[in-house]
Amino acid sequence: MIKVDKDTCDYCGACVAVCPVDCIELFEKDIEIDNKICTDCKLCIYICPIKVMSYVEHKTV
Amino acid sequence: MWNTKQYDIVVVGAGPAGSTFARIAASKGLSVLLLDRKSKIGIPVRCGEGVMDSGLRLFHEPRSEWIAATVDKFCFVAPNGSSTTVQFQDKGYILNRNIFDNDLAVLAKDEGATVVTKVYVNGLLFENDKVVGVKGICNSEAFEIKSKLVIGADGVESRIGRMAGINTKLNLNDIDSGYQKTISGIKIDQNVCHFYVSNKLAPEGYLWIFPKGKDTANIGIGISGKSAINGESAKSRLNKFIDSKFPNHKVESISVGGIPLSKPIKQMVTDGVMLIGDAARTVNPLSGGGIILGMKSAAKAAEVAIKVLRNGIEPSTINLMEYQKRWMSNEGKQINRLYRIKKAIGKLSDKDLNRIIDKVNKIPIEKRSIARLFRACIPQKPSLLIDVAKVFMRY
Repeated sequence: MIKVDKDTCDYCGACVAVCPVDCIELFEKDIEIDNKICTDCKLCIYICPIKVMSYVEHKTV
Repeated sequence: MWNTKQYDIVVVGAGPAGSTFARIAASKGLSVLLLDRKSKIGIPVRCGEGVMDSGLRLFHEPRSEWIAATVDKFCFVAPNGSSTTVQFQDKGYILNRNIFDNDLAVLAKDEGATVVTKVYVNGLLFENDKVVGVKGICNSEAFEIKSKLVIGADGVESRIGRMAGINTKLNLNDIDSGYQKTISGIKIDQNVCHFYVSNKLAPEGYLWIFPKGKDTANIGIGISGKSAINGESAKSRLNKFIDSKFPNHKVESISVGGIPLSKPIKQMVTDGVMLIGDAARTVNPLSGGGIILGMKSAAKAAEVAIKVLRNGIEPSTINLMEYQKRWMSNEGKQINRLYRIKKAIGKLSDKDLNRIIDKVNKIPIEKRSIARLFRACIPQKPSLLIDVAKVFMRY
């Protein structure tokens, strides 16, 4: 699954523009990824200008 | 807040495109609701803020508070550090987008549009597969608003389009990863925009220094999404550049964002929906400039929307298609040309870039032009030479 470092995220929406399954909800100062829809394609990790997203192997709470 | 739950038009996104559309539509007597996710329109700025005077004047007499700096030269810096300066006939401005964007929304309000901020639109209303409004959250409460037409002016994310069934997704070749710092305390020529072209510095993109008045500048970088896969991030690349070139700077603000640099979108309208501005990929894919083009798309879309709604015609795909046709026969065509030029230039190595800038620099400054520079950049293929001639005729 994809994890977002919400403290450093700037909520710019670059990730939303490349997400092939539209699983990212972006608010003024919050971001949510629907991991049920997410396919772990990692495009959001690549495009993020400040690299606040990362891939974690196992779903942990 | 809105007084009614029914509008002729709901515009989602109060950037230059959304506010321009709202202003024009409201001025013709249509009821318009302009929504924005942010608390304050224009903040944060996600933009290099450059526009041409001639472009801005198509819409507004420039106001002094909008303008941070006036430029009349471009300086292109090669990978090896040598550079060439090109003067242009027109002049350019580096805007204060925070003030500019807010003023455009106020102008829309002055024409009768209802402007509401801090509204999160998370879905569309459908009736018989046709879009008939929006839904979302405002002040932690769910809301629904009906409208004859929804305008997607929601920027690079372009989710209104997706919700309406239009494919607005960008692949990594067609979006740049962008990062910019506005810094002060630096010595910089306030009449020149600098463009650093170098695969080492900014692969398949460029790094810019745009003056922002006094001792301040917007220094930013755009690198192709593809090159960001395994490489260094836009942020890290820019920080290195700034720290080495301007060691004693003060950071005023930081701007992050994806820059859509694609061909025109295949579908700009669907039943009850029109896309404008960045959401419709109306950005110049070579320069990344999108303010004036976004406003132009807004004006074209508004013209068609006004005609359709005022005559009681159904806002169906077919009836709204006039907007896309008009766009594609003019600006859309230019964007296709710019995209081809961008692709050709993307293939240049740093060695090529050094040679080209050296070659252009040998031309006397009064004869140097943007058109000549780009002619030197592209392979001498007739079709591409025509593209350059058509795009840079005025420069």
